[in-house]
This record gives sequence, structure tokens and C-alpha cells, in this order.
Amino acid sequence: MSAEFDQKIHTTLSDANLQLAIYTATGRLKEKRVESVAPGVLPDYQELRAQAHAIKKHSIENLDHYLEEFERNVEARGGKVVYCKDGTEVADFVLGLAKERGARLIVKSKSMTTEEVDLNERLEHHGLEPVETDLGEYIVQLAHERPYHIVAPALHKTRYDVAEIFTRRLHVANEIVIEKQTAIARSVLRQKFLAADIGISGANFLVADSGAVVIVENEGNARLTTTAPKVHITVAGIEKVIPRAQDLATFLKLLARSATGQLLSVYTSLLAGPRRPGEIDGPDEFYVVLLDNGRTKLLPDRSKRQSLYCIRCGACLNACPVYRKIGGHSFPWVYSGPIGAIITPQFMGVAHEPSLPFASSLCGACGEVCPVKIDIPKILLELRSDVKKSETREKQNRLERLAFRVFAWLMTHPRLYELAGRMGAGMAPADGGSWIRNLPSPMNIGPVRAWLSQRDLPPPPAQSFREMWRRR
Amino acid sequence: MSRDNILHRIRTAIGRSAGQAAADPPPVRLRIPEVDMESRIASMIARIEALAGKACRSAEPCALVAAAIAGKKAVASNAPYLSECGITALPGVRSGITDRDELREVCAAADVGITSADYALADTGSLVMLSSPQEARLISLLPPSHIAVVPRERILTGLDELFTVLPNPAVRTSSMVLITGPSRTADIEQILVRGVHGPGQITVIMV
Repeated sequence: MSAEFDQKIHTTLSDANLQLAIYTATGRLKEKRVESVAPGVLPDYQELRAQAHAIKKHSIENLDHYLEEFERNVEARGGKVVYCKDGTEVADFVLGLAKERGARLIVKSKSMTTEEVDLNERLEHHGLEPVETDLGEYIVQLAHERPYHIVAPALHKTRYDVAEIFTRRLHVANEIVIEKQTAIARSVLRQKFLAADIGISGANFLVADSGAVVIVENEGNARLTTTAPKVHITVAGIEKVIPRAQDLATFLKLLARSATGQLLSVYTSLLAGPRRPGEIDGPDEFYVVLLDNGRTKLLPDRSKRQSLYCIRCGACLNACPVYRKIGGHSFPWVYSGPIGAIITPQFMGVAHEPSLPFASSLCGACGEVCPVKIDIPKILLELRSDVKKSETREKQNRLERLAFRVFAWLMTHPRLYELAGRMGAGMAPADGGSWIRNLPSPMNIGPVRAWLSQRDLPPPPAQSFREMWRRR
Repeated sequence: MSRDNILHRIRTAIGRSAGQAAADPPPVRLRIPEVDMESRIASMIARIEALAGKACRSAEPCALVAAAIAGKKAVASNAPYLSECGITALPGVRSGITDRDELREVCAAADVGITSADYALADTGSLVMLSSPQEARLISLLPPSHIAVVPRERILTGLDELFTVLPNPAVRTSSMVLITGPSRTADIEQILVRGVHGPGQITVIMV
């Protein structure tokens, strides 16, 4: 375990207030989910999960097809699709567009995908002002932190923390009443919405047959982000595409229930292109950035690729006994909890934090609550196996490196080299046959034997080159 | 451009070639229950009230709206149904706006936004709003209070019926929004606060 991972876990465990906050919040979300999918409320819950899984599986197995269909339909409706391989390309695109439009202020609605590529930092670095507008994200942005939870980004902040952050960053009077804090954020952000040149949103789904982006939210900030500014940019992972608008009937029933226990989130927006002739409001320009950022690395493995089915509901975080103790910031990347434990090693490589797939009790709760039936425990096991394999490889590499260091040392000391050569030649069998594979017993051991099993040397000559040179 | 590169990587990884047709997707799953209109209306009211919204049925929507907006600044959408009901002629109501900038200004200053809805979903208590010359997006979004007047025949049973009636909403509009209750957040200490960015009050009148 890396010292950083270890230390963050210990900090979280020893903070009693934080422990209570995580435990209460995840407990409440967990309970509400259970109520909303109970057989009396949603009798076909298990069939919906199976259907959602089947659609995601099909979409990923035909990903190029649906991305191209999505792209055609977005462009047919006057929008534009931009493929980006990483965060630099996303930032370059946004910066280029902002420059062309003379834009500086950017309102953003919640997007884990932009967190993944540190888009805000990149834009700020070039003099733009990106403002998060989801209340929790806004608090986290003002505090210069990362979201603590996929669905509840400021889960770790109390009203007193928020009061302190608002006083320090917004220069308002100390305010500890949550309703009033919300009103402060509303009025500050309302001005930003009305002044912003560009709105950047994430996406919950990309619908291929419609060329539409679907965004689910409770506050109305995503609607404002995608309606008020003249330019709307969606940043979404390539895995978000689903075939048909009709599939939303399945996914929407599962997403809000799994995330917060609501039957539907307050606002579900299906956005297809810029405003059309006659429509009174809405953006004039509509862009969809399709981000790879490592996702294609997950595709070849048939089992592990189901990590890409994730709809980011956060249910596995709330159900996980490990997340509920160590919290969101202990995890080494933006994605936390069980889903973070399976996608982080695959996006970043298992060496990034090798102990991550082991930070699980394998109790199976995550797999049970997953609305798209990702077999998270199985993938954790597969990743553990990957970690072990890479460690073994690493160990073998160490031995090989040691052997070559000895060899290099010998090569740079001519007298010793000559001596060793003579000793070696002395050991050669008289019949001139294969000899190095049959070393005398003290050297003929495990790894040496394995290494030599495929290698041999020609029989040594009667005289070495050095001897011939001296006697010339 | 990364486009071709990314598509190529995807195809190599999943074993497909460019232009190859996709296998048939799993059949669409849409189940429409039989629910009579009385039960739909009852469900609308129960769902919306559970979310702290207001909902009622009325044969006189104009009188109800008049009482709700008395002394307030209101903006109404261009939905023909609202003018048929006489709502756009009520004192204090601005309507007939077709300019984006003007609409923004009026909505930002209004106390109440009045719209109709293209559909409603009984099992979740949702309004379905399609952006059009008749319905602007901001009227149901910027003012702190939203009143929707919906003819009862537009109440569908739920999502499955909506996506049966509108298999591809993008053909009709650039923006379809489902509104289920007042704007809300629980981002600070899981305490529920209404009206964070969108309207904190929602009233649905079913005619």
C-alpha cells in the first residue's frame, strides 16, 4: 500500500465528525434506494436491471457503430461532435472555441468526466473562469477540493465548513442556516448563468438514434447551463452511448432510484442540437466532446469491459462497507468506492495504486445494488490477479537486472574478465557438446536453470583472443 | 484529429471492422398499464404533493391562476391553450414574447412562470415540456414559481407510454424536459432545500 493511500485512510478513520457524516449520508441514500426498488413499488426491478445490462453490453460490443450513428444524428440537427483522446485535447478544443467567441466566463454543470481530466484547472490556467453550478460542486470548487461522492460531492462538508468557505471566498457575512446558504449560492450563480458565454455539461446518456444528450439533475443548474449561454458543450465518455431514445424508459427508472431513491430526478433533459428555427431560447451552438482518456484500454477484455456499463449512480459507494469507513478522498483518483476500485486500475494501470483492488471485503454488496449488474466483485478478483502477475514480473525483472549488473561489472574489469573466461573454458566438456545448460550443481538452480533452458554458448576455443594477441 | 484513431482503437479492441452492421439490439422494453383517467389524475396529485408541489383538478383554471398571481409579476408561454383559457389576458401577465433577450429579461424579473405541458406522467407526477415557438425553456426555469395548466387528456400513464407516443423526441424538438417536482438539493448535510436554481414552487392544474 502506498504511504499516501495509507495515510489518507488513517486521517479519515480518526476524524469522528467525518465518520459520522459519511455513515449518515450513505446510510440515508442506501435506505431510500431500497425503498424505491422494493417489490411493492417496482415489481419489475430485476427485469429492468437485466434489460439495462443487455442494452449496455450490446452498446459496448457495437460501440463504433453507435458512436458513428450518434455523430451523424447530432450533425444532422446542426450540432458538432469532437473526439478527444485526453484532457489536453478537450482543453485545447474549449480554449480554441472560447478564443474564437471571445468568451471568458464558463458555467459548468456536474460532470465527473471533466473532473477526470482536470478541465477547470486547465481552463483557469489560460485565464478563463469556469464556475461549477451544482451546489455541492460549487462548494467543493471554492474549497479547491475534489468531489467526495459521485452523487453528493460535498458530503464531507458541514454547514459550518460551508459558512467558512463562503465567508472566505465570496466575502459574505457568516451564515450557518442551510436554506440561507443555498440562497446565497443561488443569487451568486444566477448572475453567472446570465452572464456566461459558454455552458459545459456532462451527460448521463448519449442517444444514438436521436443524436441527443440526456442529463439528469435535481437543482436546475444543468438546465440553466444548457439553456442560458449561446454555446453549449457536452463532455462525455465514449461509453455513454445507448442505441435508442426508447431505452431511456428502462434506464431512467433505474438511475434516480439507485442514486437517491427518487422515482425520477427533478429534471431530465433530452437535448438534441442547437435551438431550431422558431424556438425562442436555447443555445445557438451545440458541441459534444466524446472523450476516450483510457476507455479504449478497457475494451479488449470481455469480462472487465463491463466496467464501462457504469451509469454513475453511486449506489455501490453507499452500499460498500469500505467506502463507508474510508470515504471518497482516500481513493487515489476521482472515482471512489467499488466502481473507483475497478476503473482506476484499468484507466491508470494497476501499478498506480496496486493495493486498491485489495481494499475490499468482497462482500458482494456493490454487485447486488448495481442497476446495470456489473459484476464488481469478480472484476476486483481479476484485478487482484493482474496485480499479482505484474508483481511477479517485476520480481523476475529485478533478478535479471542484478545478473546484468554483475555482467557489466565483469566486462569493465579486463583482468577479472579474462580470469572468468579461463575458468569458464575450463569447465567446458571435452567432447565440445552443449555445456552451459549443464552447469555444475551450485549454479544449476531454479531461475538460472530457467534462464539457461533456452540459451547456450558455442564450445570455447582452445585459446582466447587475448592469448592469441599476446602471442602474435 | 483523434476521431479516426479512437474509432480504430475501438474496432480493434472489440473485433469489428469499419462500416460493419451492428447485431440487433435487445428488443425495446415498454409496458403500458391500463389506468383510467380518474386514477391518473389521483396519481398525479399524490405524487406532486409528495414532492411538496401543489396539484389540483379544475374546470376553471383561469380563476385559479388569477388568484395565485394576484399582485405578482407573471410571464406566460405562447401555448395556445393558455390564451384559450384566458390566462394570457389576466392582469400582470406578460405573454407573446418571441425574442430571446427580451424573454430572458422578463423571466429573470418575473415571480411566476406559467406554461402548459405537452404531456404529463401519472406514475411519477412529471410534466413533459417540449421546447417550441409555443413553449420557451426559461419560463419553467427562471421564475421562483412555476404554474402549469394541463388538459387532462395529455396525462399519460408513465415513461413507457411517453416513449411509445414519442419514440424519438429529437424529431420534434431540440429540448425535451421532464419536470418532477420543485427544484431541490440536499448537498449540505443531506438537508432538503427547495428552489436552489429552478422554481422552488410548482403548481399543476389539470383541466
